[in-house]
Amino acid sequence: MNVIYTDNNATTRVADEVIEEMLPFFGGFYGNPSSMHTFGDRVGKKIRQARQKVADLIHADPDEIIFTSCGTESDNSAVFSALNAYPDKKRIITSNVEHPAILNLFKYLRDKKGYDVVLVPVDKKGDLDLDLLYDSLSDDTAIVSLMWANNETGVIFPIPEIAEKVTEKGILFHTDAVQAAGKIPIDVRAAHVDMLSLSGHKIHAPKGIGVLYVKKGMKFFPYLIGGHQEKGRRGGTENTVSIIGLGKACELAAQQLPIMNTQVKELRDYLQSQLLEKIPSVSVNGDLENRLPNTLSIGFDAVEGESILLMLDKEGICASSGSACTSGSLDPSHVLMAMEVPFKSAHGTIRFSLSHYNTKEEMDHIVKTMVSAIETLRAMSPFWKDGKLV
Amino acid sequence: MWEYTDKVKDHFMHPRNVGELKDANAVGETGSLNCGDALKLFLKVDENERIVDASFMTFGCASAVASSSALTEIVKGMTLDEAAKVTNGDIADYLGGLPKEKMHCSVMGKSALQKAIADYRGIQIMEKPGEMVCECFEVTDLEIIDAVKANGLETTEDVTNYLKAGGGCGKCLDRIEEVIASVKAEG
Ligand code: FES
Repeated sequence: MNVIYTDNNATTRVADEVIEEMLPFFGGFYGNPSSMHTFGDRVGKKIRQARQKVADLIHADPDEIIFTSCGTESDNSAVFSALNAYPDKKRIITSNVEHPAILNLFKYLRDKKGYDVVLVPVDKKGDLDLDLLYDSLSDDTAIVSLMWANNETGVIFPIPEIAEKVTEKGILFHTDAVQAAGKIPIDVRAAHVDMLSLSGHKIHAPKGIGVLYVKKGMKFFPYLIGGHQEKGRRGGTENTVSIIGLGKACELAAQQLPIMNTQVKELRDYLQSQLLEKIPSVSVNGDLENRLPNTLSIGFDAVEGESILLMLDKEGICASSGSACTSGSLDPSHVLMAMEVPFKSAHGTIRFSLSHYNTKEEMDHIVKTMVSAIETLRAMSPFWKDGKLV
Repeated sequence: MWEYTDKVKDHFMHPRNVGELKDANAVGETGSLNCGDALKLFLKVDENERIVDASFMTFGCASAVASSSALTEIVKGMTLDEAAKVTNGDIADYLGGLPKEKMHCSVMGKSALQKAIADYRGIQIMEKPGEMVCECFEVTDLEIIDAVKANGLETTEDVTNYLKAGGGCGKCLDRIEEVIASVKAEG
């Protein structure tokens, strides 16, 4: 059975071109990039090229790129560096729809380290309450960290506008751009961000490689202290093969950005309109305008997400659910709850996240499968009778 | 992904006895749309108090559907007295086991069954006796005590897996811990 993969916000397929770029460095070219010999420097040179390509994707300088192991490490490093830079400042600000890499870190800092945490709320569309954010900025604030785009709904926060206001006040600004990279244009300089996190496996590079952008001239306190790698900003021998792959992936992502915002967006919109047309009692979650071009979070009344996912799985379709039951916790996702999505559709929310590998035929197959899955599940739901919610 | 037994998968993909039973004379309902799972159980009981037919309607995950389907198969042919002794463990065993995080689905089966039996016998089950502990999932201290005793639960996590209590905002976790401690203290 062919797999129809629409779970790209979870992870992406490693692009063939990326694999090809990486292969030689698994085999013959195994030198240590830090070594004082030509053999090692062959790898070193490749890493320098990769660093340039990563920098190009976000309009940074190669010196501003630190390779890490993942988005989570980048997020953690950014926040801890800011806290070290301003040991006397006790307030930290984020939103209530962040990825766990930030949300759980902030909760830890609140509960164990006594920080005063502001969780800025979002409205029903998933848009940030900007007034509340600006009102909460204080002299005592060490860092504001906000995601550029939400992983579940795809809702985009106006990061350039926010970053300008925050940094004007002399407060450090970090953005988790893991979902935004490769999907919308990112220009760190125009956006005034101090630090930015990226993750390789969301843009068709392998898992286990991340990036932290740190603006030139900014004081940075390393999270991993060790050797002189990454100019002393992150110790540990480089994950060379993955770095090389990430470089290629960034080059491809830059080229494919227009495709993402035309073809992929059209496919997503097609899927959305077909589902809305063919299935009753359905609602799309999140701001329909300010949204990543590849993401669709859509809720089906009176059915539960895990059940839908398993029926999709039977047809080889990979998606995610906004429901609890798949994750081991019991409430629907914190993102949907923060947006006050009603329970009737929150439990039955599915996230489809597309890539340029998807086709229209695949979308048609998804629609067909969804129509029958929802029908079957509603036929056994005590909350569905005579074609409507009871 | 959850590790489901083949039996769970089978009962989810091919649920037995789905739908409203037109001539049911005992109905038990539990759960809610807010909770994320709910079960309506229909029984047809003959004059000898034997369950001659059973069906269900379920909103929930694969474990919830499979537990409901299994429950209807288990109780068919039983007398009400026999059915009254069916435990959530029996439902889970019938399915070859459930992931521990999903045990509350089998608990839901047992609770719907008891409500259906009470419905037939005209006994009013006092809704939720005891003191409310978890407001998110409307679970009382007596329910927690029962579950702890019947299943040998040790931690708040166990209680959440069985009853969902504590799985939402978490503000009831301290209270759940106290209830567990009180059962332990009783010995
Ligand atoms: S009150 Fe128990 S989880 Fe919220």
